Amino acid sequence: MAEKEATRVAYGRKLTELGEKYDFYVLDADLSGSTQTAVFAKKFPERFFNCGIAEENMISVAAGIAATGTPAFASSFAMFACGRAFEQIRNSVAYPRLPVKICASHAGITVGEDGATHQFCEDIAIMRALPGMTVVCPADSASTEALLEEVLHHNGPVYMRLGRYAVPQFYEKGEREFKLGKGIVLADGKDITIVATGIMVAAAMEARAALAADGIDAAVIDIHTIKPLDDKLIKEYAAKTGNILTAEEHSVIGGLGDAVASVLAETGNAKLTKLGINDVFGTSAPAGVLLEHYQLNAAGIVKRVKAMLNK
Amino acid sequence: MERNTLLMLKERAAKVRMLSVEAVYGAKSGHPGGSLSIADVITYLYFHKMNVNPADPTMESRDRFVLSKGHCCPALYSALALKGYFPVEELKMLRKLGGMLQGHPDMKTIPGIDMSTGSLGQGFSTACGMAVVAKRKGYDWTVYTALGDGEIEEGQVWEAAMFANQYKLDNIIAFVDCNGYQIDGAVEDVMNPHPVDEKFRAFGWFAQVIDGHDFEAIDNAVAEAKKSGKPSVIICKTVKGKGVSFMENNYSWHGKAPKEDEYAIAEKELRDAWIKAAEDVKNG
Repeated sequence: MAEKEATRVAYGRKLTELGEKYDFYVLDADLSGSTQTAVFAKKFPERFFNCGIAEENMISVAAGIAATGTPAFASSFAMFACGRAFEQIRNSVAYPRLPVKICASHAGITVGEDGATHQFCEDIAIMRALPGMTVVCPADSASTEALLEEVLHHNGPVYMRLGRYAVPQFYEKGEREFKLGKGIVLADGKDITIVATGIMVAAAMEARAALAADGIDAAVIDIHTIKPLDDKLIKEYAAKTGNILTAEEHSVIGGLGDAVASVLAETGNAKLTKLGINDVFGTSAPAGVLLEHYQLNAAGIVKRVKAMLNK
Repeated sequence: MERNTLLMLKERAAKVRMLSVEAVYGAKSGHPGGSLSIADVITYLYFHKMNVNPADPTMESRDRFVLSKGHCCPALYSALALKGYFPVEELKMLRKLGGMLQGHPDMKTIPGIDMSTGSLGQGFSTACGMAVVAKRKGYDWTVYTALGDGEIEEGQVWEAAMFANQYKLDNIIAFVDCNGYQIDGAVEDVMNPHPVDEKFRAFGWFAQVIDGHDFEAIDNAVAEAKKSGKPSVIICKTVKGKGVSFMENNYSWHGKAPKEDEYAIAEKELRDAWIKAAEDVKNG
């Protein structure tokens, strides 16, 4: 198993690799060191634009670039790329269905010490509300790299959620095929299904092992694409296990949990618990401390699963 | 500019104004004031200046036009229809269910629309995006864009102005339609954007101030802009509601359609102007 690594690092590396083969532009808003687009910029300066601290302009410039037929990647912190520039994403990118890939780092609570102003836990909710927007949240480096290539070739707008925090690596490079909209069953089980996205996938696998020790057989699914959601897979495991716990480093309002809830409301055949940020703003602390504080870890999953199953 | 070109442009612009007000009247909503003030610039671009081909609207080598003040699309739609991008009949479906002519420009459905716009400030940035691709790839097309003098109150406009200067976009020419009014009143009263030319110069742009209803002035300014070696702005002093007596310089006509009796007057004034312009073309 490889060392821990943040998904943003895999993003910068893979973007640069893809740059060798494919024609696209990359934009950033004065955070290229943090988002890792600086790696691409160093290698392909003629295809990189630093837009300065001006995210709204960056997104619309990316739309203009994409309108000429060449895809454009736009990166900043999630808070600013899709929070501040939401309306530019909606009207300049999503409405004309342009191939702009908003690859935003520092999403979620694991921004850490910078605190609530920079911890964006509502991005999935607002991005998935946009017609035609694909929303991707990879779990580790290998999945980030594989999905990034899919994102590049997808003919339309994409929001890709990346993190600052170094996370465990559990996919081997090239081990699996990653297709946008297709969830991955990491482990089968019969008592409950843990449906996780992003950094919570690793926590779910860790929780699964702990639950097994207590005689609970949990399935784990990696939902790397929150929109379009793999409804079929969710329905299959709802029928199979009757209990679903969603786990995300995001608000329980409008994110993966609510996306799954919409599916289950139709089928009516499974109980659901949503693990996430419970409608509060974050606070300053190291990322690891915050994950523990908000129970966004294996222990938190185990606790909620046991409560759900009355064990 | 040759006399026959000038007369042709005057005739086309008169027709664009007629069709614009007719379309807004038919839709029972829309923005006649700013459509009438920008009509001459749009007519100049599509009937004289831009390298475009209505038979091949997405031709890669074409010049681009982004109507950043997207609400004034009745003028753009009318010019595109007259140019042959789609039938003039289509204008009757403006803002109606099932019609392709949306209340603001939609590049996905309307041939000849280079960018979907409507939310102010964004079109200007997208035009910069198109221009920067041309610079990096060595294409020789020019990107034209038109903004309102109210629109430039948006902060994004100045972000884009900085971007254009930073990346030396000498292939973008922006028109600011200074008709003096926005929805709530005179621009000076709502949020004074002046001096517009000095602001753009401070942002590294080549700025000129002209009469936006004078085709020869527009043509000369574009020629100067192309020689400037800088991103270029042409600040057009215009009359909001130009060509309809009761709409001129009256901001209440920013965003409403004329009623039947009002339309009868507007239609007659615009038609008379067009008939005269058409006769001038015939007589040379």
